[in-house]
Amino acid sequence: MSKTYFDETHCAIGHPKSTFMQWMLTVDHKRIGLMYAAVMFTFFFVAVFTALLMRFELFAPGQQFIDGPTFNQAFTLHGVIMIFLFIIPGIPAIFGNIVMPLMIGAKDVSFPRLNWATFWLYILGCCVALASLFIGEGVADTGWTFYAPYSLNTDTNVIMALTAAFILGFASILTGLNFLVTIHRLRAPGMTFFKMPLFVWGIYATAWIQLLATPVIGITLILAVMEKYFGIGIFDPSKGGDPVLFQHLFWIYSHPAVYLMILPAFGIMSEIIPTFSRKEIFGYRTIALSSASIAGIGYLVWGHHLYTSGMSDVAKSVFSFLTFFVAIPTGVKFYDWIATMYQGKIVLSTPMIWGLGTIITFAIGGITGITITMIGVDIHLQDTYYSVAHFHYAILGGVVFLMFAGMHYWFPLITGKMYKETHAKAAFYIQFVGFNLLWFPMFIAGWYGMPRRYFDYLPEFQIYHQVSFYGALIFVSGLIYMFWTFYRGWTKGEPSGTNPWNATTLEWHMPSSPPPLENHSKVPYVDFNPYEYHHGEPVVKFNYETMQRID
Amino acid sequence: MSHEYVPEIATDREGNEHVVQGWQGDFYGGKLGFWMFMLTEVLMFGAMFLVLAYYNTLHPQDFIDASASLNRWLGGTNTVILLVSALTMGLGLLKMRVGDVKGAKLMIWATILLAAVFLIIKGFEWTAEYNHGIFLMHDKLLVGTENSLPFGQKLFFGMYFTMTGLHGFHIIIGIGLMLWLLKRINAGKVSQDHHILYWNIALYWDIVHLIWVFVFPYFYMIGAGGVTGGH
Repeated sequence: MSKTYFDETHCAIGHPKSTFMQWMLTVDHKRIGLMYAAVMFTFFFVAVFTALLMRFELFAPGQQFIDGPTFNQAFTLHGVIMIFLFIIPGIPAIFGNIVMPLMIGAKDVSFPRLNWATFWLYILGCCVALASLFIGEGVADTGWTFYAPYSLNTDTNVIMALTAAFILGFASILTGLNFLVTIHRLRAPGMTFFKMPLFVWGIYATAWIQLLATPVIGITLILAVMEKYFGIGIFDPSKGGDPVLFQHLFWIYSHPAVYLMILPAFGIMSEIIPTFSRKEIFGYRTIALSSASIAGIGYLVWGHHLYTSGMSDVAKSVFSFLTFFVAIPTGVKFYDWIATMYQGKIVLSTPMIWGLGTIITFAIGGITGITITMIGVDIHLQDTYYSVAHFHYAILGGVVFLMFAGMHYWFPLITGKMYKETHAKAAFYIQFVGFNLLWFPMFIAGWYGMPRRYFDYLPEFQIYHQVSFYGALIFVSGLIYMFWTFYRGWTKGEPSGTNPWNATTLEWHMPSSPPPLENHSKVPYVDFNPYEYHHGEPVVKFNYETMQRID
Repeated sequence: MSHEYVPEIATDREGNEHVVQGWQGDFYGGKLGFWMFMLTEVLMFGAMFLVLAYYNTLHPQDFIDASASLNRWLGGTNTVILLVSALTMGLGLLKMRVGDVKGAKLMIWATILLAAVFLIIKGFEWTAEYNHGIFLMHDKLLVGTENSLPFGQKLFFGMYFTMTGLHGFHIIIGIGLMLWLLKRINAGKVSQDHHILYWNIALYWDIVHLIWVFVFPYFYMIGAGGVTGGH
């Protein structure tokens, strides 16, 4: 018999009666994931509208709406929120929390109360970041990278932003730790590592990066704070320090961090492609191991951010070579997905078209990344709109698109309702068109030399900025349309049943939808691969009373 | 979460039963998690050692000169104290595992005492350095005054105060954790059969002394050759 939230409050502290406090104190991984989603998307929209403000400013050369220093603060705010508050914790905190324990047949994560504390640590970090907006000289104007020595000399609230990033980093470490132990300890009986769904593999590789890379940025930020208040001179050349050292330490974390963003997103893709091709995934092991090797090689490539910062030619060549290397496992995944679709019974539901769209956008993001891996080309393109466009194609067109794909995929699991597919698909096409209009001109502008982070530009760049501007409007309206579709689906949607997509992984074999407290009423024994289809039909069937296989 | 936890059973197709590992009372999970957390400590201090090593290669002579001026006797005594405290901590855990709660508590108190002595000695050391004009934002560590130390020495002392300070902060946290552990033991929440908390705090204390084992030679010993007359 499953428990309810009312006979079992399931809270970190005490047994509160009010529903509100039951949510605030909940240790249930699904509720924590939902709370993360609510907070993160609130911040996401703040950052989106900050970006839109910049697009308005850049509509024509010269000053339109905001002055230069405000523009600097705007892109810093956009970067800090998007990176530290939204996309780094994003998929692990939302879908890692909600779906990962369901996928491995666990009742919760290994340390549910730590999970609750982590959520509030994250909220604390958000509050510090928000407070820096309103205190003193306002939000930092350094860009999200906080490069020394400027970050140590500006009067804006860099220190608060650094503190916020440190706290958020801590939350990220604890989330990763929790997931690692969960995946090691709480898999259903019979589920070996190579029987785990690939999203779990993505989360697993990500969690290692969270655990091993985040402390380095943590201490870097602490050193910067020490520097600011105690004048040690670690990063300040006027006191004997080396600002390039800051860049090294910063990117030792922040480059693995982009893999930390993309790996769980690739995990979502690896769920969606076999489910909607109704076919076993091609090269399961290569996908699983490529996640692990991206996580590994990703540590060794940070130097490609410093080609123009002053590094020896030998170091540059080594970093360039290693960076080419990291593209290989990524390519392996792409070929595996495409090979999975080959001769599959492809169903073009909304999650699948988001996935297919991402194959295009991320391929553009990835391949343009390869071009700036080359040292000579990078010298030309460093800090131009080209790298801005590359980054957004890879992260917005890769990570966020796949996050949206995951939202469409797991929406019926989480809410028990189904959104209107026609609206959802229309929202996808609007965003896809808007996205490409928004970012593709930036490749060209960057190639012709439009530098990033400038609030003014020469008249010949105007056409690119204006196309971008209209793209941004289309993209944002598509975004709002998509969330409106979700909202309508949640409030008025048809009940979806427990397995609307005919998927095979364990989260779709729940006794009810949305899943009850403590998940599977009975844990199945896993002696099957995650994506077993035969002639387009799932192979594994359960008796839902006993969760024994009956096929 | 007050209900008694009964492990669940999963049944495979042949009807064999398999115990499902739950998160409740997962001793190995708790240990694994804490080992991973300790890994983050290693990386955090590792990054600082990286900074230290980098500036050491830039200013080798300054580093040796600065190191020579540190008090090796106080630092060495502190090293011995921490090593002994790791021993008392470990012995206490062994005692707990054979059910000697009283002995275990005694050992925890001994560890707390040693930790406090460590901090007191550290305090004397920092005070002496302060009186010599060497402290953060003070006299010789300021830039552009007539007393200013060369950049290399300034960086050395800056990292010295940062790293030993952060290490001292870990000692203070450790004392707090041990006091909490004593409270849990007295409340009967940590016992011979359920000592994961004790185990992890002992692990924490090990990492704290292990970090010191690396901090000590890098700060105190690299300049020792110059003082004793040989390199």
